[in-house]
Amino acid sequence: MPILSKGRTSTTLLSVENLTVKLGGHTALTDINMSINKGEIVTIVGPNGSGKSTLLCAIVGAVKSTKGTIKKAPALRIGYVPQKLHIDATLPMTVARFMRLPNQHDTATVNETLGLVGLYDIEGQQMTTLSGGQFQRVLLARAILHKPDLLILDEATQGLDQLGSATFYRLIETLRSKLGCAILMVSHELHVVMSASDRVICLNGHVCCHGTPDIVASTPEYRALFGTGTQGALALYRHDHNHSHDHDACDHTHHEKA
Amino acid sequence: MYFGDATAHAAILGIAISLVLSTNIFIGVLAVTLIMAFIVSSLTGRGYAMDTLLGVMAHSALAVGLVAVSFIKGADIDLHDYLFGDISAVTTTDLTIIWLGALVVLALVKWRWSALLTATLNEDLAHASGINPKREQLILTLALAVVIAVAIKITGILLITAMLIIPAATARPFSRTPEAMALLATLIGAFSAFVGIEASHIWDTPTGPTIVCVTALLFVISNVVRLTRQTG
Repeated sequence: MPILSKGRTSTTLLSVENLTVKLGGHTALTDINMSINKGEIVTIVGPNGSGKSTLLCAIVGAVKSTKGTIKKAPALRIGYVPQKLHIDATLPMTVARFMRLPNQHDTATVNETLGLVGLYDIEGQQMTTLSGGQFQRVLLARAILHKPDLLILDEATQGLDQLGSATFYRLIETLRSKLGCAILMVSHELHVVMSASDRVICLNGHVCCHGTPDIVASTPEYRALFGTGTQGALALYRHDHNHSHDHDACDHTHHEKA
Repeated sequence: MYFGDATAHAAILGIAISLVLSTNIFIGVLAVTLIMAFIVSSLTGRGYAMDTLLGVMAHSALAVGLVAVSFIKGADIDLHDYLFGDISAVTTTDLTIIWLGALVVLALVKWRWSALLTATLNEDLAHASGINPKREQLILTLALAVVIAVAIKITGILLITAMLIIPAATARPFSRTPEAMALLATLIGAFSAFVGIEASHIWDTPTGPTIVCVTALLFVISNVVRLTRQTG
């Protein structure tokens, strides 16, 4: 007899198994194992060059895996918010038109979705005239327009100030509860991430450690990468990815046990 | 749009081949431009920069084409006609081919429009929407190859890129969406061709360059209007 607690069924949306990605001779990711369940917020943290974006690209399908598999639930709908998006000034593009790329949606749905991210009366504006925060919200709105099961964000708060990014992450949490979608994001901002995520994956070419934010924060691997206490966030920016660990644990395949 | 230039330059090789085989120049030019399109789209992203690749291919093809043409003995050809176009040389067969080419390109672009637009905007965004940006890029280059092959007799090799770029740039200040810009650019292009042909009859000027002059003039007017709107 199956015992499932109602309302908290853990259906796996996506699982990455033994993924290795080589980019032009350089191994960006080695033997990655991870999964995302329905309705979960999972954050990937790691220093520059640790393969965070590569992992998202592999999941989205923009980068081919050299080894291993990425299993997706049947008919999984993915919404994707890119790290940065440059719209050339030679291309006219209103917010309303951008929202309908590549699929047609009716005006009511478009405006309703823009409202969900806190944007009103903006659909007639050109994308190039938006502020950084507005632009990111439009990207987010476009990604949730087709009601995705999984929303993927690649450092979506780049270029926003602290207040702006804090507001953005709060918005993401609200969206998760409204839409019931799982969220996979990459972030630099540890202090925000640690409070908003269900699970954290600490990446440095391989999975250093993973688990709930408090567990990850207390592992020696995490501390070796980001330091301890509130200075952690700052340590991240100074971090050199050719690091040597104090505990030397990160360079092994210890994550298989976890 | 540098691809337009490169393909047009390569077209001279197509003309040479057509003359050697004594076939219609559309066939030779189309063959060469399509081959260019395939080579460029399969080599990009493999450690070659698009600009380098196009530069090498375009000018090599142009040089080889010019050398090849010089070998053709007794061929009574005026290269000038192909470099600058000669609308008076256009036959009824040519017109049929031009219309067919236009319909093919129109159908291709209409069919792939949304995907093309998404892929042009951002490759990752395209991937996430289940669109393969490389395939869309290939479709776009193929469409351009067809346009160049059918238009070369009218506008000529050297000015063809002008007709690809200037009408679109003229339409830009008055367009709010990509669709509006495409439609307006088409109208501006057609209007320029009409006025250009009439003007070349009146003043006895070369037709291709006259058409381009009209578009250029429209571009200037469009941008003066844009600037006065901004400051006003």
